[in-house]
This record gives sequence, structure tokens and C-alpha cells, in this order.
Amino acid sequence: MASFPPHGKQTGWGYKMMDGNFDDALTGEQKIRNFNINFGPQHPAAHGVLRMVLELDGEIVERADPHIGLLHRGTEKLMESRTYLQNLPYLDRLDYVAPMNQEHAWCMAIEKLTGTVVPRRASLIRVLYSEIGRILNHLLNVTTQAMDVGALTPPLWGFEEREKLMVFYERACGARLHAAYFRPGGVHQDLPPQLIEDIDDWADEFPAVLDDIDGLLTENRIFKQRNADIGIISEDDILDWGFSGVMVRGSGLPWDLRRSQPYECYDEFEFQIPVGKNGDCYDRYLCRMAEMRESLKIIKQACEKLRVEKGDVLARGKLTPPARAEMKTSMEALIHHFKLYTEGFHVPAGEVYAAVEAPKGEFGVYMVSDGSNKPYRAKLRAPGFLHLQAMDYVAKGHQLADVAAIIGTMDVVFGEIDR
Amino acid sequence: MTEALNELGAHISLKRPDCVISYSIANDELTLEVAPTSLVGLAEFLKTDATCRFSTLVDITAIDYPERAARFDVVYHFLSMYQNHRIRLRCAVREEDMVPSIIDVHPSANWFEREVFDMFGILFSGHPDLRRILTDYGFRGYPLRKDFPTTGYTEVRYDEAQKRVVYEPVSLVQEYRQFDFMSPWEGAEYILPGDEKTDGAKG
Repeated sequence: MASFPPHGKQTGWGYKMMDGNFDDALTGEQKIRNFNINFGPQHPAAHGVLRMVLELDGEIVERADPHIGLLHRGTEKLMESRTYLQNLPYLDRLDYVAPMNQEHAWCMAIEKLTGTVVPRRASLIRVLYSEIGRILNHLLNVTTQAMDVGALTPPLWGFEEREKLMVFYERACGARLHAAYFRPGGVHQDLPPQLIEDIDDWADEFPAVLDDIDGLLTENRIFKQRNADIGIISEDDILDWGFSGVMVRGSGLPWDLRRSQPYECYDEFEFQIPVGKNGDCYDRYLCRMAEMRESLKIIKQACEKLRVEKGDVLARGKLTPPARAEMKTSMEALIHHFKLYTEGFHVPAGEVYAAVEAPKGEFGVYMVSDGSNKPYRAKLRAPGFLHLQAMDYVAKGHQLADVAAIIGTMDVVFGEIDR
Repeated sequence: MTEALNELGAHISLKRPDCVISYSIANDELTLEVAPTSLVGLAEFLKTDATCRFSTLVDITAIDYPERAARFDVVYHFLSMYQNHRIRLRCAVREEDMVPSIIDVHPSANWFEREVFDMFGILFSGHPDLRRILTDYGFRGYPLRKDFPTTGYTEVRYDEAQKRVVYEPVSLVQEYRQFDFMSPWEGAEYILPGDEKTDGAKG
């Protein structure tokens, strides 16, 4: 407990006489008070650094007050004093479970303001890696949510696959986690042909692993008891609380930005939008499992297209560095390279909002440019921020143990919530 | 796309001429300029009107322009999942102005307004619980204002002697550096040393 209790309330035992003496249940009246507990910030089911003050009536949650900001790093402030390109790696550090999806929104905002057209091969690579990011995220979420409700094996199996995907990240950009791979105007480097084959092979094997996890959880009695009818979200709740992503689809609304406001080249891919029926934790789990299978379809298609589609992966111009070989021989290219990485490129004045369907929901970047090489203001709109906000509303009336299941299903990551 | 947005903008300003100061479309995005006093009414209208149905609040944020009289722009983003379009409301407020809270229309505005208060110090009238949200307990100042230094004012460390975390004024080993990378041939506002003679030589 921190040195100051929230709202001046004190933690203490549930039954205590007004004069401070404990009384026997049989002899006199009891003064029953609600019980305040601190959930986190070091609780393993808090998925990071969430401190939540819970007011309990017995085991029933009366009020949940999440205290966020323990991971606040002032990203938006830092961005104002750095160039557009220097800011790109900050996006990796928001939702560090699926880093490239965040970069995507940042690049799209810049491209929208500058009117840059991304080459087709780069666009396909972006789609491919966004979907790898989606699987990375859902694997982590589904399995750790299962751990929160008592299963130990799923994370072990899921993380093995995550490891393979991280290797794909590494082979594309050199980093397992903080990729900085999507750049304004394309992607940093081309993929080697063997990598595309390996991703394709992995996509053939992965359904078997999904079936294994499916077999562990889907019909598991304990898992179902802990998730079914927990944290039910209705259509009105979605609108009131501004939900997005699986929190919407789990309740039966087929809302997915990849379909409804297509960006990149998602409109040419075949995939379904899985939706739930009851809007509870269990349906959201099923949605995530189904979404992984849909992502696999996109990955297979993207690999197929990438085999055929050759060409540059960066829209060469002011925004992007010159080709390496050219830089070594041409004076102008060398100057351009130097200016790009010191001064950075200029973005025309204006404001733009670019959103992607990140694995957790709608991740948006609102960027205000004053025409210089640094953003005047950048606002990062994280889906988890709104999901966690509704914690009080969703958790009210549930058992204390359900809080862990609800946090898990909301898919919160504090990198993006606290920024 | 732009045409549809134009129609939408015209529709809103026709229905609520008292609320909308002006509307503009840039980068395929519709922006309405509104006065703080008409915010709640307009948000309500946007939510319920059949052609708008902006039922999802996407984002609330602010921008600081210290040189302006109305220092801040408070920016609202809305989304309609039914009509599949987006809109942005912008309202200019002075530092001492109160902005009406839209919690009654969109409960999800709660944390966004707390964040804007935390980062910019803009007060929202009618907000039930306007506490700081992202910064430390007991934090002072408004970090996203342009006059707040990026380094901040205090830093924390664990003190071995006192066995607790202590707050101290920031001490930088080296001055926080802001490089001027504006190239001399584009964007520079100063005259390069030596260049001041060229105009005189010509004349």
C-alpha cells in the first residue's frame, strides 16, 4: 500500500466496531465496511504496471479505480523535439507486443501529409508483417489470459511460436522486438527470397500448433467456467466506451478497419472478419483464435504475391535515403543521405489522423505539422486506453477473481496506455 | 470521398448554424471549427442525427500555441461505425477558459479529459473526477505545454541512506541540446556568416 490511501479511505478488516474493538457475530451489531485492496502494480495478472484500487463487498467488486501512468515516458513530448524519422522507434516501444503495427500508423500519417505513394512490394511486406504482428499479439494475449485463469501450459506452447515469429522479425530488420522497419515511403530493406519461403513454411505448420492450443483451452471446463458470461459487452457499451478491435467484434459487430476503411493493400486480400455472439470473455477468446487463422490466410497470400512482385521497397525521393550503391558513387546522393539523417525531411504544414487496425484495436496517430522537420504535436491514440477506462464499468458486480480474466481479455499493454 | 465529406459538412452547418463556425476538408478529413460553449450540444447532435451517427468518441487532445491569444486548440475525433466516416472538431480556448465536459454524451471522454487536464492544464467543467492521470502523484506543471522543458524539473532516485525514493531538482551533466539542423539553403531564418556582404556588394 502506498503511503497515502486513495480518496482518504483506509484499508482494514471488513468487520470492526466503531470503537475499534472486534465484536462477536453472536453478541452484537457489526459494522461492516467495504474492503479496499490494491491490485498491482506488481501483480502478475496486471499485465504490466497497473495499479488498481478495488473496493470489494465480500468477493464482489463494487468499484475499480485503475491508476495508470506508472510507465509514462512522455513519448509525445519527446516527439516534439525529434525529427520524424527519429521518432519512428518510439512507436515500437508503445505496444511492444506487436511493434510494427504501430510504426505502420506513424508512416501512414507522414505519407498522407506528404502524398507519398508506397511501392507495391513494400506495401505487401507491410501487410505481411502487420499480420505477423497480429499473430504475435494474439498468441501472447490468448495464452497469458489463460494463465491468468489458471492454465500454465498454453503460454509455454504459445511462446515457442512467438519465438519463431521474432526470428522472422530479426531476419527482416535485425531486431527481435524494436524493429524500426516500416519507414515513411516503404520499408527499410527488402526481404531475402528464402525468408519468404520460410514464413510460408511456418504458415503451413502453425495451424497444428493452434489446434493444440485449441485442444487445451476451447472445451476446457475450467477455462470455460472462468470466461463464459464474464465481462459481457453490449453494443451500447461499445459506443459509450469507444471500444475497438476484438472488444467490438466479440460482441457481434463486424467492425474491422482493414475491411471498413481499407488501408495499404488489404482490399485485395481474401479474409473473413470473425465475430462473437455473446460479447463475453470466452467469445473474445474464440475471436482471437479465429483471427489468427485469418491472418495466416493473409500471410499465405502475401507470400504468394511477394514471390511474383519484385521491385523497390522504398519510394525514392526526399523522404527516403538513396540506394546504398548510389550513395557510394554519387555526390548528390551522399549529400542527400547526410541531410536526411541529420536534418531529416520536411513535412508540409497540416494535420492528419491515420489509424490502423492494430491487434488490440484502432491505433491512431494524430499529427500536426508546422512545415518543419519535427512534428509540432503528435498524439498517439491507443486502443487499450479506452478499454482499461471501462474497467470500472465492466468489472462492477463481478467476483474478484474475474478481474484478472477481464484485464486479460481487454488486452492491455502499458507501453501504449501510459505512452 | 471529399464530395461526401463536403456534403456532410454542409449538412451539419445547415442543421446547427449556431454551433459550427466553419468547416474545412484537408487530406480527406473533415474538420469543424466550433466554439467551446456549443460543444456539448453539437456532440449530442452528431451522435443522434441519422446522417451523422458519430457514436464513437475516438480521441480528445489539445495543441498548445503559446503565441496565440486563445492559446489552446482542443481537438475531438469522432467515428461513426454505422455510416463509416470520421470527423474532427476543433475549438480554440484561452488558458483561463473552462471547456464543457462531454462525459454526459460520451462516457469515454472521462480519461481523455483527465489526460488533457494533466498534460495542458485545461479545465473541464462538469467533469466528475478531474484528477491527474499519467503523471506522478503530486506532479506539478503541465508537461505538454510548449514552455515546459523536455527534461522536466525534478528527478527521482533511490537514496540508500534514507532507504526511500527521493525527489531532487534535475541536474544535467551537460546542457540539453537542441540542434538546429535547418539547412542553410532551405528554411534558415538567419544570414550565414559572410553572406551579409553579398547584398551590399551587388548594390
